[in-house]
Amino acid sequence: MGFWEVTLSLLGGLEYTCLIFALTLVLALPLGLVIAFGSMSKFKPLAYVVKTFVWIIRGVPLMLQVIIFFYVPGFLLGTPILSRFASVIAAFVINYACYFSEIYRGGIESIPRGQYEAGQVLGMTKTQVFFKVILMQVVKRILAPMSNEVITLVKDTALARVIMIVEVIQAAQNFAGYGLMWPLFYTAVFYLAFVGILTILFGYFEKKLDYYKI
Amino acid sequence: MAVFEAKNIQKSFGKTEVLKGVSFEIEKGEVLCVIGSSGSGKTTLLRCVNFLETPDKGQFFLNGNLLFDASDKTAKTDAEIRQKRLHFGLVFQSFNLFPQYTALQNVSLAPLLLAKERPDYKENKNRIKEEILQHSSELLVKVGLSDKMGNYPCQISGGQQQRVAIARALALKPDMLCFDEPTSALDPEITVEVLSVMKELAAEDMTMLVVTHEMGFAREVSDKVIFMDDGIIAEQGNAEAVFGNPKSKRLQEFLSVMK
Ligand SMILES: Nc1ncnc2c1ncn2[C@@H]1O[C@H](COP(=O)(O)OP(=O)(O)O)[C@@H](O)[C@H]1O
Ligand SMILES: [Mg+2]
Repeated sequence: MGFWEVTLSLLGGLEYTCLIFALTLVLALPLGLVIAFGSMSKFKPLAYVVKTFVWIIRGVPLMLQVIIFFYVPGFLLGTPILSRFASVIAAFVINYACYFSEIYRGGIESIPRGQYEAGQVLGMTKTQVFFKVILMQVVKRILAPMSNEVITLVKDTALARVIMIVEVIQAAQNFAGYGLMWPLFYTAVFYLAFVGILTILFGYFEKKLDYYKI
Repeated sequence: MAVFEAKNIQKSFGKTEVLKGVSFEIEKGEVLCVIGSSGSGKTTLLRCVNFLETPDKGQFFLNGNLLFDASDKTAKTDAEIRQKRLHFGLVFQSFNLFPQYTALQNVSLAPLLLAKERPDYKENKNRIKEEILQHSSELLVKVGLSDKMGNYPCQISGGQQQRVAIARALALKPDMLCFDEPTSALDPEITVEVLSVMKELAAEDMTMLVVTHEMGFAREVSDKVIFMDDGIIAEQGNAEAVFGNPKSKRLQEFLSVMK
């Protein structure tokens, strides 16, 4: 088993890693905002329901959630409804949306009331105040905690293998059956490159937003 | 006829009665200064006028027409409140500039958003935008910031920030401009530059409702002065009467402390 053969196989696994990463990010970022608004709702019952939901999702290991999404619907209905991949995406999106929602909430609540009031007094609608005044300030404030979460997400994709999705680590582990251990260590290179790119990207965003202070 | 009249405004927060029936009127082009010790309800009054708080009782009139009546309990839509707010501008003690925008953007943001609601916006988009930017930069020139238009709030001094805030409040051409202790967050030597901008506005017959601790300014510029004490207007009159010949003991005490 040569180096190139292993590399190609791991790249095959990386495809899933990237797919899980990208889909989770694209779906969980907006869903998190919706959840954040829910948890800050002035309609208290809604806020309590959402907060309880967030507590449950953040309180249960993601690995267990992946397993639940894959097995439980099938167990209850007699037939599986979500494919392996769809289960992983569903579990990841909901889990990360909850984490993101808390980051958003912290960011939104940290913006002084005077910013809202200044916008209101100038005749802006609530939507305009949020999107034209508040949002950019929130983005700046949450960039650092967000980059942490996103980097964690890269490594969490490895959890998909509990339901036999062949992502990078699983691809490497398949070689262990042939007595090859080094591919497993080799996967670290892939993660490091991935995270390295993200770090550069976040650094770039941070610089971009450096022109003003909150 | 008065541009603006407040009639028997009352406001409580829970059990604390903050405004206990405040009435005053202000003529077009007048400067009305509100003085009084901390906690007497001055900020709450301005917030009510600008619809940031809703009075429990009382009415506001604009040019003789009823603008707000607390006893009218029909729910007001956001759009209606927004429309009413546009009659007034408010300059905050803490400036509240938008940090991510330049001085010029701070001034032009609200007019640009508002212009989108004009029926002719689509056809004349570029001309309208240009006019707004032109007007916004004229306002910044007027407050003495022609060289700071492209600067962000974090790059200019507090006095300059407050002057941007004044230009921003003027951009929507309000019928009356309210100030809530506009110089309280500033160093004394910087206070002067903000006060001189306000004096200039007063000289141009801008109608102004000013909460201030600057007694010299109030005495010099006011057409009328209101002394608030514990949620009521304890004394009012022209500047000479209030400062030169205070009647109530509370006002005499207050003025002696402020000197
Ligand atoms: N949102 C609020 N909730 C409860 N109490 C308030 C609120 N706003 C103001 N107050 C109270 O109302 C009183 C008057 O406050 P304020 O109008 O800020 O006075 P001033 O501006 O004259 O110092 C104070 O005792 C203050 O604690
Ligand atoms: Mg105050």
